[in-house]
Amino acid sequence: MDLFLQFFANGIMTGGIYGLVALGLVLIYKSSRVLNLAQGFFLMILAWLAWSFAVQFGLPMWLSILLVLAVSVITGLLVERFILRPLIGQPILAIIVVTLALGYLLEGISIMAWGADTKGMPKFIPDEAFRIGSVTIAQQYVWAFATAIVLFVLLLLFFRYTKWGLGMQIVSEDQQVARSMGISVKNVFAQTWAFSLVMAAMAGILYASLHAVTNFNALIGLNKALPAILLGGLESLPGALVGGLIVGIFESVGGGYIDPLVGGGFSDVIPLVLMLIILLIRPSGIFGWQRIERI
Amino acid sequence: MRPAGIYDTSYAKDLAIVRTRLQWILLAAFLALLISLPLFMGRNWIGTFSLTGIVLIAVLGLHITTGLCGQINLGQTSFMAVGAYTSAALTAKVGLPFLLALPIAGIMAGMVGLIFGAPSLKIKGFYLAMSTLAAQFILVWIILHTNSLGGAIGMNVPYASIGGFSFDSDTKMYYLIIALVLIAGLAALNLTRTRTGRAFTAIRDNDLAAEVMGINLFYYKLLAFFIGCLYAGIAGSLWAHYFSYIQPLQFTLKNSAWYLGMIIVGGAGSTLGAVLGTVSINLLDTKFAPFVSGVLTQYLPLVRSNVTYATGTILFALVILIFLIKQPRGLAHWWQIIKTSYRLWPYGY
Repeated sequence: MDLFLQFFANGIMTGGIYGLVALGLVLIYKSSRVLNLAQGFFLMILAWLAWSFAVQFGLPMWLSILLVLAVSVITGLLVERFILRPLIGQPILAIIVVTLALGYLLEGISIMAWGADTKGMPKFIPDEAFRIGSVTIAQQYVWAFATAIVLFVLLLLFFRYTKWGLGMQIVSEDQQVARSMGISVKNVFAQTWAFSLVMAAMAGILYASLHAVTNFNALIGLNKALPAILLGGLESLPGALVGGLIVGIFESVGGGYIDPLVGGGFSDVIPLVLMLIILLIRPSGIFGWQRIERI
Repeated sequence: MRPAGIYDTSYAKDLAIVRTRLQWILLAAFLALLISLPLFMGRNWIGTFSLTGIVLIAVLGLHITTGLCGQINLGQTSFMAVGAYTSAALTAKVGLPFLLALPIAGIMAGMVGLIFGAPSLKIKGFYLAMSTLAAQFILVWIILHTNSLGGAIGMNVPYASIGGFSFDSDTKMYYLIIALVLIAGLAALNLTRTRTGRAFTAIRDNDLAAEVMGINLFYYKLLAFFIGCLYAGIAGSLWAHYFSYIQPLQFTLKNSAWYLGMIIVGGAGSTLGAVLGTVSINLLDTKFAPFVSGVLTQYLPLVRSNVTYATGTILFALVILIFLIKQPRGLAHWWQIIKTSYRLWPYGY
């Protein structure tokens, strides 16, 4: 039982980060119906950038994080303007290929700039672990989880109570209505990309400080965040967080018990198996919209 | 579009792929060139062409599933892996002849494709892409953790042999690959003109409307997956016997994405486009990228040892991005424009 609780706690804490990445995906999908398969690659390269600022240029950690957030806002705006906007109205195949190509472009750039190394992120969170009963949780995990939750609540409040956020909500409901109300759909698309990349940067830095800065971090996008948003439903912000937590828990608990039996690595495919099952049973996820299609 | 004043006087003429004497001459010249290529090209180039041929078979399969029928498949290389491992296990462990292992590998990959294509009955678009993405990771994971298939160490594969004749050199393998590419290409080209091909196109354009018109979605969607993965399996089998060594990490999501990219660069939905895209991208990757990376390492002190790999990736990604943004209809569309302007010259209208 103790072991189970430990796995469970670890799962929830990692799930918070997955939720953060998933939130970024849902933001873009909701507004512009683009599934950003490059999200994980952005996460990876932004974490590398933070590492570069902090270690190679010797900046203090808070400053490098702020710089990376600024870079991610600018990148988001540029990517939307020059890559995604020309593709409005193209079939889904084009969007899938363009986001994947963008992702591998980032991977190529990262290999060129930083090689295929694994580096440690400078510690900016104290090391001591928390203990609750028999369960030990590293303080970094708690910080990562808390950041995810705080960001999530802020985002919900933003969408609920600010004019700007409400405008973004309308665009995801109906673009025609949004335009007739004087909301610039183009600007909203650009803003969601900036928001989403900020999430990716935060998640990337948190994940890298828990584990390491490597190119493999890019797999979080495809292997963890995608199953998370499918579980939660592609259009739902709470769904992204819930999905992230569920994926984290399944991965940790399932991996913890099954990995020793099959010789390791099963935790990597658990989210994908989960995704396949969800796709077969209930493609719209827990909170997603069921669409009725007309000819 | 046919030029004004040219009429078909018989059904045979109407159906012909090769229509004029000039086309026959060009075709014969092209075939002669393909066959005589090893005589005056180095081993390096023959290797490039063989690899391009193998990839071309897989891309033609993807062209049928995704380009014709519109069912997005992000896991084509994992189905290649299924074919490669089936063929390798059958020839190396069971001792079946290559001529038998090749079709079995194709059918096996097709069967596995059916399993992962089955969700296409319920879902489409992004959802289907995700299901095939899961296939990519899950299939490779299964192979990686099956000890009898060599796991991460990989597996040695005997040379392909038909009767007593062993394809043990690059040149011999080249002829085998070329022959299979021609068969696969002709089959793909003809498929578009059959009832099945037209049903695929109808499903791609609007699957609900297609169903209303009486097309059996269940049958045709699964058939598209089966044929596409069958091609992948055959390509995988050739891959295994060509390299004589296979390893699960040769079959990555990145390559699957590139195959989709080749279809896009060539022009989605056109057989000629699939061929043009594959050949140009492979030449770019194997010949142009090393050149660029050589120049880069010469002038930039910062770049490291794996720069060749990175340059190939960056170049390819840039080409796809530029094509999607500037010319989403691909190389095939350019070819059409060139042909039309040649025919209409000197009166451009």
